[in-house]
Amino acid sequence: MATLPEPVERLLESALVGELTVVNPAGRPVTYPLIPLYDGEKVYLTSSTLFSRKLEHIKGNPKVSVSITDPIAVGGRTDRATIQGDARVIEDDPHGGWERLLPIWEKKEPAIVYFLKERIALPLFFERALIEVTPRRALYWASGSATAAPVVTEVGKEAA
Amino acid sequence: MRSTPELDARAGLDKLATYPYTILTWVDSAGYPVSVAVEAAVEAVAGYALFGQPAGLTVPLDRDVSLTGSHIRPQPGYGYDERRHVTVWGRVVPAGGGQLRLSADRAWGWDETEVPFFEYSERSTGQSRKYFDALSRERGTPVRPRLSLGALTLRTTRLPFLTATIVPVLLGILVAASDGAFDLLSAVLTVIGASFVQLAINVSNDVFDTAQGADDANVTPTKFSGGSRVIQYGLVSFRQMAGLATAFYLAAAAIGLLLLAIRGSTALLVIGIVGFVVGLGYTAPPLKLVYRGLGELAVAIGFGPLMLLGAYVVQTRGALSLEPFVVSIPIALLVALILYVNEIPDRRGDARAGKRTLPVRYSQATILSGYRLAVAAAYGVVVAGVVAGILPIPALLVLLTVPLALRVERGLEPNYDNPYGLMAIMGVNIQLHIFVGLALLAAYAIVLVVAAVAPGVPLFLGR
Repeated sequence: MATLPEPVERLLESALVGELTVVNPAGRPVTYPLIPLYDGEKVYLTSSTLFSRKLEHIKGNPKVSVSITDPIAVGGRTDRATIQGDARVIEDDPHGGWERLLPIWEKKEPAIVYFLKERIALPLFFERALIEVTPRRALYWASGSATAAPVVTEVGKEAA
Repeated sequence: MRSTPELDARAGLDKLATYPYTILTWVDSAGYPVSVAVEAAVEAVAGYALFGQPAGLTVPLDRDVSLTGSHIRPQPGYGYDERRHVTVWGRVVPAGGGQLRLSADRAWGWDETEVPFFEYSERSTGQSRKYFDALSRERGTPVRPRLSLGALTLRTTRLPFLTATIVPVLLGILVAASDGAFDLLSAVLTVIGASFVQLAINVSNDVFDTAQGADDANVTPTKFSGGSRVIQYGLVSFRQMAGLATAFYLAAAAIGLLLLAIRGSTALLVIGIVGFVVGLGYTAPPLKLVYRGLGELAVAIGFGPLMLLGAYVVQTRGALSLEPFVVSIPIALLVALILYVNEIPDRRGDARAGKRTLPVRYSQATILSGYRLAVAAAYGVVVAGVVAGILPIPALLVLLTVPLALRVERGLEPNYDNPYGLMAIMGVNIQLHIFVGLALLAAYAIVLVVAAVAPGVPLFLGR
């Protein structure tokens, strides 16, 4: 099974927020801060239908990246990573299908369970699709600084 | 409607300069985005940002790249807040000394201190509709957002607001009982029938407000204002809402006719007809009372004297007196003030839809003075009614609710332009109406109990 380098996995697990970048029809990168959820193999993100333009972009071009750059969002760690991968939008059940990721989400954002109980107040926020990212390549900066070249790992292959 | 305010490249760079680092992103030769954290020197006036060439990577010069700033504040045990992000796009050129220069030509971002999350969500409702329309086309069958039946019923009918009906109707029944007139069956039918009237009004208001664009134009609804929004959210169709409103009106009419048959009087017929015209005409053409600045008056009359006197005359078979009318005045004023305060956050959307409510027409100072005056009048009528011997002495229990009125009065000014801060004040304002109603109900319960156990004890001054 293809796996990400261990420090990249730790970053994904600790990150309260990362950046999902998709490519729009004009070929421009569009970046969305989102909570990355990692199950040990794939990276998941969820998107409300309210903010679903990113889903349109992914359906048009599945090549995406997820970056972890904010030391404040990872409990003070200073290393950084970008994971490139192929994304798939899972929307069989936008009403509740995403809730299978609730346990991982709750670990990062405990308040989400409370908000979900108040679904009546903001019903469309909880109509959500899942974005499943299969990692293809990881770029890792141990120092966090772009002045050093990243360690590049083709996922499932030897580190470059 | 845009979900976020317009942001030009210069404004985007200004915002970007406030972030401690930026994320440089481009699409690489394999077609995947690459993101690298860099420290950028932003020259917003000149329209560019300078940053070092990332080691070991090649930033393309032949396509747009972006610089993004992103911020959150972690809140352990909760999640995070202070969300904001901004992205600027442009072409990159070498600037010498290992530096690259991005000339910004467009920007996009969101800052929750500028556009609160709830407003951001409301502004994005169209995107959700687009999503479900596309999903429906893809599947060849309609796919709509969903809520549990219970939650959908609560949201669609705005059931908790039934207190606006229950309070005056029960008061009318109790005042009549204190005058020696009480019939259980007709009392129960009155409560049910009046509740159907309000449900019909709640639902039909959403139908007519949607038809006239007021609910669509409102991007700052709260749990107390801006309608149920079930049509806007795609939870219930316009046609279903129109059908539901008709069903509620028919149920109300059926109970009204039954009451006319078993406890009929000219007074009840007149009150029923006026109530129907005021209720439907609140938002429906040609009257559109709320669009003409008469909404508060219509609500005061409908949920004050009409409900209370209607319930009273059912019990007395048409006999009227001054007492129930006087009791209805504080209730009328306070229920109108619920609408009055709830219209404050709606005023911009209402103005866009041509809804000339009082907060649309008058300044903040006038609206605040109006609130103080109306609340003082509500208490003044009760005190004057007791002094004049029209209302029972225990009606002075309403004075226990003065602290609630003060909380609303003090909370209105600092939250006048903050819909979500105003939400708590709107909640207290609704409680004020309920607690004044409960105090008056308690007063008449005392009158009934005393009349039963100690008939000689005078509870009205001068009687």
